[in-house]
Amino acid sequence: MSALEFAKKIKAKFGDLISEPTKFRGEITIQLGDAERIVEVCEFAKKELDFNYLVDISSVDNYGEDPRWTIVYHLRRLADSCELRLKTSVSEEKSELPSVTTVWKTANWHEREIYDMMGVRFRGHPDLRRILMWEGYPYFPLRKDFPLAGKTTDVPGVAFTQPAPLEGGPFVTAPGGKDAIEREPRVRNPES
Amino acid sequence: MAAKEHKEVCVGEHSRPGCGSVRPAPNSNAVALASSRPAAEELQDAQSERMVLNMGPSHPATHGVLRIVLELDGEIITKADPDVGYLHRGDEKIAENMTYTQFIPYTDRLDYLAPLANNVAYALAVEKLLGIEKDLPPRCQYIRVMCAELARVSSHLLGIGAFAMDLGAVTVFLLTFNEREKVYNLAEAISGARFTTSYTRIGGVMRDLPPGWTEQCRKFCNELVPVLNEVETLLTRNRIWVDRVRDLAVISKEDAIDYGLSGPNLRGSGIEYDLRKAQPYLCYKDLEFDIPIGSVGDCYDRYLVRMEEMRQSLRILHQCIDKIPGGADNKSNEPVNVADGKIVLPPKQKVMTKMEELIHQFMLVTEGVNCPPGEIYFGHENPKGELGFYINSRGGGTPYRMKIRSPSFVNLSIISKIFPGCLMSDTVAILGSLDFVMGECDR
Repeated sequence: MSALEFAKKIKAKFGDLISEPTKFRGEITIQLGDAERIVEVCEFAKKELDFNYLVDISSVDNYGEDPRWTIVYHLRRLADSCELRLKTSVSEEKSELPSVTTVWKTANWHEREIYDMMGVRFRGHPDLRRILMWEGYPYFPLRKDFPLAGKTTDVPGVAFTQPAPLEGGPFVTAPGGKDAIEREPRVRNPES
Repeated sequence: MAAKEHKEVCVGEHSRPGCGSVRPAPNSNAVALASSRPAAEELQDAQSERMVLNMGPSHPATHGVLRIVLELDGEIITKADPDVGYLHRGDEKIAENMTYTQFIPYTDRLDYLAPLANNVAYALAVEKLLGIEKDLPPRCQYIRVMCAELARVSSHLLGIGAFAMDLGAVTVFLLTFNEREKVYNLAEAISGARFTTSYTRIGGVMRDLPPGWTEQCRKFCNELVPVLNEVETLLTRNRIWVDRVRDLAVISKEDAIDYGLSGPNLRGSGIEYDLRKAQPYLCYKDLEFDIPIGSVGDCYDRYLVRMEEMRQSLRILHQCIDKIPGGADNKSNEPVNVADGKIVLPPKQKVMTKMEELIHQFMLVTEGVNCPPGEIYFGHENPKGELGFYINSRGGGTPYRMKIRSPSFVNLSIISKIFPGCLMSDTVAILGSLDFVMGECDR
């Protein structure tokens, strides 16, 4: 069976909650209307349709649009390597959806990473801590309104509050003057 | 390693952690009382004392900057909490701020033990977004397969060398590192760099193979076989090695799938899944090779799978050298790039003399390859597992969002599952058998 047929089966089960499957470059994508039902859909896909392997979960920040967050699940059947992309949207005010760690254990770290990078929380996650950034870091760096060069902060001991150790030192050809944000050549300010 | 917290083990008075250590004075009544208590209860008291040990981030066996917080009961691990992110550079953020071509050097720095394979994976992902992966010239496909397989050999040589060295077999390390040096020579010949190759381009490769390269590659393949045999003689039936790795950290099939393991770690658990066979890309369909799998899922199986994968890679390399269109020195002038001026930079001579090529060059350099809006995921069978790129494009030369699904990140998440119950000294063996790279894990 092809990915399209599996997508149609999910649509048949959940009706209007699931969008019509779209195809791009041979990949099938379906959109789930209500993020609160994500566990139900994932459980159905895993138990009934044998999507036993969760490849990845990623998140997209649609800055300036509503809803702001898109969470993207990549499902795979190891038996025939059939793949399906499942997407759902979460509004900025809510910034929360149920965790799928009960369905696939590998979701644990992927969800922690999304929380760490974008600040979307996963309800029911057993251990929702930061994973790549350190505990106590005040921002969510992969948000579109976070500048590439970083932000200054009042929190002591956090990056960008002080000049870098070698700034203006013997090995720096163009010392000091501008801070990291001004020096970054590729920076684009999301607000402007 | 430093003991963060250490509680004195008190066998006498009934004491629990948190109650403060009340060590009874000798010959006091408390001792007499305690001695009358059942032995099992005393044992339980002793077991309730846990020590927290901080391993890493700078520890030779963590191969980079992985930190694991271990909770120990004597020598046995009761809890393990891996802490990653020490090498986080924000590659995904950086990718959103530059063109697709500009990101190629960053892929070298993901799994820095197999940069050629990362280059191939990334180029294929962008080409999938462009919809040109089927138009790649056959010679380019063969070159890329050879790159990916050389990277696999190089990565596994290091993986097994470091694994063995951590368990005391330094000879293996010296043997494998000697061979890796030859792979670096081959990488230097094609890309000019030994380590950070950046060899692929969107729609092709940086340049064709240099004269004599295929023969050099064949020589390497032939020379590697006796070394692999020697490594096998040193390890596979070595009593010390087998005792240390067999039946250690067994990962069941169900767990391997549930935790999303990929690459040799997944196949070591007995699941025959390899993206080169399951979703054949490039010219893997035309090549003959086998997928080795393990039977138990222990550290020994993961080692055996890697050894066999290297032999299969050599098999693929030999076939590529024999079948590559255009032959060794490309006498028939087979192209190595797609014939689309809007994707691949034109030859310099034409840029200087022709108007159209000049415009293409200018647009490609300033704006980048113009990708259509849409989203794709491409998974590549990297030496460490499935390296995937999810690219969300809104059109134009930069991705709107790029997620890197790194195999090491996913593979490491199983640590907290398999460590408890193992001995402290086994951590080194388990980490070696998982074969991860922190550059890729932390991105």
